[in-house]
Amino acid sequence: MANYSTNEFKAGLKIMQDGEPCSIIENEMVKPGKGQAFNRVRIRKLISGKVVEKTFKSGDTVEGADVVDVELAFLYSDGEFWHFMNNDTFEQLAADAKAVGDMTKWLVEQNVCVLTLWNGSPIAVTPPNFVELEIVETDPGLKGDTAGTGGKPATLTTGAVVKVPLFVQRGEVIKVDTRSGEYVSRVQK
Amino acid sequence: MLQGSDAWQPSADRATLQQRAAMLRQVRDFFYARQVLEVDTPLLARFGVTDPHLSNLTTHLSGSDHAWALQTSPEYAMKRLLAAGSGCIYQLGKAFRDDEQSARHNPEFTLLEWYRVGFTAPQLMAELGQLISLLLDAPAPQSLTYQQAFSRYLQVDPLAPDSHQALQQALANYPEFADLAQRETDVDTLQQLAMACVIEPALDASVPTFITHYPASQAALARLSPSDARVAERFELFYRGLELANGYHELTDAELQQQRFISDQQQREQLGRPPMPADRRLLAALQHGLPDCAGVAVGFDRLVMLRCGQSHIQQVLPFAIDRA
Repeated sequence: MANYSTNEFKAGLKIMQDGEPCSIIENEMVKPGKGQAFNRVRIRKLISGKVVEKTFKSGDTVEGADVVDVELAFLYSDGEFWHFMNNDTFEQLAADAKAVGDMTKWLVEQNVCVLTLWNGSPIAVTPPNFVELEIVETDPGLKGDTAGTGGKPATLTTGAVVKVPLFVQRGEVIKVDTRSGEYVSRVQK
Repeated sequence: MLQGSDAWQPSADRATLQQRAAMLRQVRDFFYARQVLEVDTPLLARFGVTDPHLSNLTTHLSGSDHAWALQTSPEYAMKRLLAAGSGCIYQLGKAFRDDEQSARHNPEFTLLEWYRVGFTAPQLMAELGQLISLLLDAPAPQSLTYQQAFSRYLQVDPLAPDSHQALQQALANYPEFADLAQRETDVDTLQQLAMACVIEPALDASVPTFITHYPASQAALARLSPSDARVAERFELFYRGLELANGYHELTDAELQQQRFISDQQQREQLGRPPMPADRRLLAALQHGLPDCAGVAVGFDRLVMLRCGQSHIQQVLPFAIDRA
């Protein structure tokens, strides 16, 4: 993998730090009028998800990380691995529980997800921003409540628990924002 | 940058440009009243700067077989004027530095630089304080030596023989600098890291602060203190999170100047920077005799930023580099 000089730093660049692939969030140059310049960067560690600050001497080089995002359709889980497929080449790829993390609750068969690969292996799975899932469990709500005030918990087919308005009933399909985990609307079946 | 790089509109608003113009006039009035002569030395010159941490932009002239350098400051030419008997002089104009672009840096910027014949560093600092007070309505500056600043904010003596190790230990408490501090072998680099990233942000923002008596290894073009050869008669001014000025009781000894040029070249080589030939004309002027003087350079755009409450330099320039 190529090395990058600090003057190539920009948001989104993938570099290795502390043995982990990282993505640069923000890069700021600090340059005294007389003296060494420094690059202060905020980076997100792509495996642990931690955000840390690092400082480099301007002109230093840093090892790049071979990190790419690919779009793959979710097929199924065998309990140990989550299997995805490239809809164009039909190549399959399996992500382990560590890579999928708590995104399992948003994985719907046939949905196209973004898999982040480091040296070819999945390290993170990002589901679509919106998914549609059926409610398998929720308390019967009160009739006439349409304002959506209050709300109640509802369990979805994947095990995800989402706060829904009182009028939404078991067996209905709802649209959920996976980034916030919030109910968006009912979906007409 | 705030907007797309194809934008044709100015990066500063009209009110800021009016303030900028008013400040240019105030500066000129300030020096006119003090009978300091305005000069405009060449921005395009035969020699560039040897400072290890500055990069000249260079260009070519047709019919000329060597590169020409856009000046990083008017210092060398102004010193030649001083040696020729100009008396006190100031320059308010553009300077160019490659590799400098940030919220506080634009590769082309406006520098105010002046020299006072017969002034000591404290006298020049007092005059700079008056100018800052006039332009920014700032309170009277406070002053800390480099040693006091390190002692106050990092509990380290930068002039002690073991300061390298002590500084590494102190910086280990800052996770964002710890890695770099541990592997850095050059004490000046560690001190610059500490100054720029720890001390500067910690300074009292309500009052302009001079840092004086920099270590001799960071003397640049300042003379060493006659009473303590570990430090140089160099000062900087900081205010509200910005480095505003850098000044010296000027080195007038041609031989020492030549040695510093040579040491600069060695550092440039170690840093992998292109070699810059020493300015022979400056050395010749120093041999002829530079009068005892003190000089300072002030980042004019940063003064405008402070006066207008702007956080990005592009907001005080008609067209910042991405729109130039």
